[in-house]
Amino acid sequence: MRLLLAALLLAGAAVATAETAPQAQVQVSDSAVTAENFPARLSDYGFFADGARQVPAKGVTPYRLQTPLWSDGAEKLRFVYLPAGTKAKAQGDGLLDLPVGAALIKTFKLEGRLIETRVLLHRAEGWVALPYQWNREQTEARLALAGARLELKTPQGQAISYAIPNKNQCKECHQQKDAVVPIGPKARNLSAAWLASFHKAGKLDAVPLVTSRVPLWEDRAKLAAAPVARGWLDSNCAHCHNPAGSASNSGLDLRWEQSDPIALGINKRPVAAGRGSGGLEFDVLPGHPDKSIMLYRMGSLEGGISMPEVGRSSIDPDGMAAVTKWIGEMKR
Amino acid sequence: MRMPATLIAPATALALAAPAYAKVIPVPAGQNAQGRLQEALILAAPGDVVELGEGRFVLTDGLSLDIKGVTVRGAGMEATVLDFSGQKGAGEGLLVTSDEVTLRDFAVENTKGDGIKSKGADNIVYYRVRVTWTGGPKETNGAYGIYPVSSTGVLVDGCKVSGASDAGIYVGQSKAITVRYNYVEQSVAGIEIENSRDALVAHNFVTRNTGGILVFDLPNLPVMGGGNTLIASNMVVGNDTPNFAPKGNIVAGVPRGTGVMVMANEGIEIAGNTLVDNPTAHIIVVAYPKAFTDKSYNPYPRDVRIIVNLFLGGGDDPQLPGGKQLAQAFGGALPPLVWDGLGEAPRFPAPNGEVLKALNLGLASQGANPATAKPTLMAIKGSAPDLFTVAQGQASAGPPQPGAPAALDARARP
Repeated sequence: MRLLLAALLLAGAAVATAETAPQAQVQVSDSAVTAENFPARLSDYGFFADGARQVPAKGVTPYRLQTPLWSDGAEKLRFVYLPAGTKAKAQGDGLLDLPVGAALIKTFKLEGRLIETRVLLHRAEGWVALPYQWNREQTEARLALAGARLELKTPQGQAISYAIPNKNQCKECHQQKDAVVPIGPKARNLSAAWLASFHKAGKLDAVPLVTSRVPLWEDRAKLAAAPVARGWLDSNCAHCHNPAGSASNSGLDLRWEQSDPIALGINKRPVAAGRGSGGLEFDVLPGHPDKSIMLYRMGSLEGGISMPEVGRSSIDPDGMAAVTKWIGEMKR
Repeated sequence: MRMPATLIAPATALALAAPAYAKVIPVPAGQNAQGRLQEALILAAPGDVVELGEGRFVLTDGLSLDIKGVTVRGAGMEATVLDFSGQKGAGEGLLVTSDEVTLRDFAVENTKGDGIKSKGADNIVYYRVRVTWTGGPKETNGAYGIYPVSSTGVLVDGCKVSGASDAGIYVGQSKAITVRYNYVEQSVAGIEIENSRDALVAHNFVTRNTGGILVFDLPNLPVMGGGNTLIASNMVVGNDTPNFAPKGNIVAGVPRGTGVMVMANEGIEIAGNTLVDNPTAHIIVVAYPKAFTDKSYNPYPRDVRIIVNLFLGGGDDPQLPGGKQLAQAFGGALPPLVWDGLGEAPRFPAPNGEVLKALNLGLASQGANPATAKPTLMAIKGSAPDLFTVAQGQASAGPPQPGAPAALDARARP
């Protein structure tokens, strides 16, 4: 363990001084992923051959989502790690079933530099979510259990107080009933090509059958309003707004597969919205984006009003546009 | 940068090792309260006490606790203040998501959203906690002061809430609940029990709210069918604050000057309360008034019992359609009970011969416009055999005794 640590430190030093990246032999530390403690540094896991340039180590595979969670416009780099000899299992169009020892890694980039990397570790007792904050020098990311606030600018140049979530806030979104689970890598939110390549690489037992795939976000201008908006709501809201999530008591269920209009907020009155209602009567009022609580809350930055409650410090203009179009096109 | 890294790593590893015994983790007020307190709440082990020092904790974000069996204890609801005036994010000041937690002897001020929320947190105790919006009643205040939801086993004891733009103490979608010895003022609802069962609301003092104590059941929620609730021995006094709830919320429809209000629900007993100077009505019993499509929802009040309450003053400035004329017609004040005429008429288990006067609004059907009311005076005759059916808890085959499990009492002592 000490030797490995020393090796990693040396590797890091090499990156800091040399432009070359000869670290292809960097191995993920399975013990760091599955141990009971919280490793203090991101490099303790060895997920990256070159952390600063986000070059993954052996066994770590990059992926993207069809429609991602929006996080103040941050560029997000996603990776999945599977221990040697293990495979993910397809579960229809739902979450890939990742074995114990697997990890999901997501790095956030703003102002052209690495800000934070969040890891989800599949340990024997369940998934554990931890946030790591990158240093200025971009040589290391350190555990930020209590989260952090950083003064940053969005890609549009807006100054924001960017929030790195604390460990509990990670769980707020990742909790379903009593378990912490991944959110992103559902087969329906992954491209057919990526799933096929993951299977071909021997890391997925079968290519899952996806009957209804979430649209590719970049294609939204060419697509009907409903699937675009519903894909956005699924990725940005449904982790809490579902019957097993943190916002289950709201009765609002924004999952992709939900079809009951009331559950989707259509003509549904708020329950515990408080001033989040904005003086409006319905979550979604068909044909009236301006009278829909959903958009009021998406368009707010105030605590107690803004939704999602954590994970953003600015407004997602494209998400707003997609949901506005969806509600606007509904028959009054 | 390397040096501190190698130095810090072992220290952090030590701090993260789980202890084999319960311990007290002191967190003094002062610099970087946010980081220090949140870290203590994350690193606490089951059974630990996170001990907040005296003074003001200046916080910038919501706090959260997700470890079972932790006690968060301050030096008193006036001495230890978590100040959220500068809060930048999160939906509440403190969020608890683990079971068997005790929160006691501290205050939460000026949160942007709710004060303290506990969700899916069974057997929680709130003891001598204060939640205050210091600017008085304002629409921009957070919704709920103390907000346990989706939980079994809730005890809220000796707390004080002021200024909530929805309910000071709100218990939602829960069961086995006790709310006692609390003081709630200047909130839209003093105490609200919503979509919950087996609640005991007793010995509270609720004053200067829009409505004192509300027991509601609403459609389209994961938990419905509220009832078996006892509202006993409360002081419900002068609830005359104009309704300042943001529109869209169900409490925005509560008339200013309501003492106790029951909406839908089954098996509610209102017993032994002292209701004073509530200018609309001391007790209002109504059906859910809005349109709904949820077939599993019952919008009507059933089996509401009103037993030996003391009514003083009140009803003299009712905020109801045509209220002024109605009050005049009834000699200057409405009778203590207003019923919309939908569902089962409230019952009055009292010695034969006694009468409870009520205003029956005579609404034609659920969802009818209140402007179409045809109010009449009615007299509900005492029906002695039903006396104290829930209050005495004697029904062996009946519903469970309302209230939190007795085991929680031990955590609510000085």
